[in-house]
Amino acid sequence: MGNKDFHQVTEDIVRPIEAKPSKLWYIGFYIAVALLLFGIYAIYRDVTYGIGQWNLNKTIGWGWDITNFVWWVGIGHAGTLISAILLLFRQGWRTGVNRAAEAMTIFAVMCAGQFPIWHMGRVWMAFFVLPYPNTRGPLWVNFNSPLLWDVFAISTYFTVSLLFWYSGLIPDLATVRDRAFTKLRKKLYGIASFGWTGSTKHWQRHESLSLVLAGLSTPLVLSVHTIVSFDFATSVVPGWHTTIFPPYFVAGAIFSGFAMVQSLMVIIRKVFNMEEYITLGHIEAMNKIIVLTGSIVGIAYLTELFMGWYSQNKYEGYTFWYSRAYLFSPYGWSYWGMMACNVLSPQIFWFRKMRRNVFVTFFMSVIVNIGMWFERFVIIVTSLYRDYLPSSWSVYYSPTIWEIGFYMGTFGLFFTCFFLFAKYFPVIAVAEIKYVLKTSGEGFKNNMDKIEGQPLDNFIHDNAHAH
Amino acid sequence: MAKKKFVVGCFDDEAVLFPAVKKVRTAGYKIHDVYTPFAVHGLDHAMGLRETSLHTAGFIYGITGTSTALGSISWILVKDWPLNFGGKPHFSLPAWIPITFELTVLFAAVGMVLTFCYLCQLAPFVKKHHFHARATDDLFVMVIECTDKTNTDDLQSFLSASGAVETNVQVAETGWWLGTYDKDETTFENSNPVVA
Repeated sequence: MGNKDFHQVTEDIVRPIEAKPSKLWYIGFYIAVALLLFGIYAIYRDVTYGIGQWNLNKTIGWGWDITNFVWWVGIGHAGTLISAILLLFRQGWRTGVNRAAEAMTIFAVMCAGQFPIWHMGRVWMAFFVLPYPNTRGPLWVNFNSPLLWDVFAISTYFTVSLLFWYSGLIPDLATVRDRAFTKLRKKLYGIASFGWTGSTKHWQRHESLSLVLAGLSTPLVLSVHTIVSFDFATSVVPGWHTTIFPPYFVAGAIFSGFAMVQSLMVIIRKVFNMEEYITLGHIEAMNKIIVLTGSIVGIAYLTELFMGWYSQNKYEGYTFWYSRAYLFSPYGWSYWGMMACNVLSPQIFWFRKMRRNVFVTFFMSVIVNIGMWFERFVIIVTSLYRDYLPSSWSVYYSPTIWEIGFYMGTFGLFFTCFFLFAKYFPVIAVAEIKYVLKTSGEGFKNNMDKIEGQPLDNFIHDNAHAH
Repeated sequence: MAKKKFVVGCFDDEAVLFPAVKKVRTAGYKIHDVYTPFAVHGLDHAMGLRETSLHTAGFIYGITGTSTALGSISWILVKDWPLNFGGKPHFSLPAWIPITFELTVLFAAVGMVLTFCYLCQLAPFVKKHHFHARATDDLFVMVIECTDKTNTDDLQSFLSASGAVETNVQVAETGWWLGTYDKDETTFENSNPVVA
């Protein structure tokens, strides 16, 4: 960030909001809206004609829908991880990417939520999952069920992420408000910034709030994918019934989430000329996390295979060694697709040159997300398509156009939201960047000579009561 | 709320702001507030503000969530409508830990954010007097409350001598009112903001 002053930071980050969006923005936005509309039509078919619009069948009760659900939830983990865990670990570099990553989290969780909701079929009865006294026979929801835990986990996660994101945005929206020169913008950003003034007392509370929310979000983000993994792990289905699911799912979620952040950041820094804020250093740091979590996921795959043999349970053995690892079994292709995308290819990030290459990064981030989609597909479909009873083994499952359309629709929702966010909100945390600039910018470092040259006694005297 | 008279001094450097805060306080003036574009660590202590108790409130909201979850679930599954799930005990605490945890976090987060908004009087459609438009951009704006005896000219030159790049006198509302920022109904007539 060199020698930028505070005003320059404001200029750089707020300018894209005030400028007219580029042609590229319009093209991307309209494609996203088109996908969203197609998704809405796919959902309309599903609600009007029923879940029969999808190719789910006797043993494959969960197919693309839950695969997509877990995939989106997983992606929704990186934002809070970057904001919360890296805040607690005092990783200064997070500041460049946290705001956009949090927004991405929120949109990803919104997309994820669509799948279980519309999978209900009779969606107008969705409120049955809420625990309240009623007259429907067994009066309450089952609090011992992992599926209900999931309802609580996802809705809490969404709420807390939203609060965390928005409370961080308030001061930055006030910055946009105070330099707005059109009436409409002054009005809307004025409403959105809640009358923020920048009072020292307010900042003090704001700091306290951010820190506690980060502290709360850290175990929360770990708990959410743990609970998603319980949806599988507490069952007795071979391939699901494993104790390593929680850490394995969490690592996978961070893996895919960081990959999605990479995809978006590489685009944002280019489109909005923010190479000085989202630097190669950021990209490299995230690639390091990708290679780490990808390898953790790889170890989990190998552990599962080993246990499939070591347990000497023939159902487990069949699932792992035939339905998954045998390339020529019906879904063997998806297992090896997963292995190639998630475990083998990210290993190129052991090389510094590759970690710092924008094109390789973008390409790999897409590959990783394809791989993580395969992972969920493998877990769900290869475990379900052949159960304990061979007579009920299903025919080959492949999705209908409406199942695919629903998935495409969530891409539409995600990117529509993200394009709007990128246009109307500061994509980088302005106030936080200013703070970082103050403590680690070049201008600050160059002025250290004066302080370093002081006699020790003066320094102690001046800083005795500072924190 | 009543309007009050303030002397405003704007600083563009933190290194100047801190000694200035110290000087102004030593001289016996009452600092109404300092508006800054980002959280300036240590400024709250320099101004003599006490620590916030917001995190304590968060803790209380959290344990409220814990007890709400445990209380409700155990009442529902043990007393109100006991169901037999595969012969497991009605009071099956381990299975309730996930929801208990989630509600703890939910209550703490929602409660804290609402408390934060209440304490700082933040809400949509709330409007406040802003002493300087650049307080959210790059200026540290020190606002000193005047009494009947305050000589504003003296105070302004005192602030300038302490390093303020811009000083002025404003009569302003200290509370908030409902309004939007596209209409200027505040008393800017005394101020003379210079935007570089």
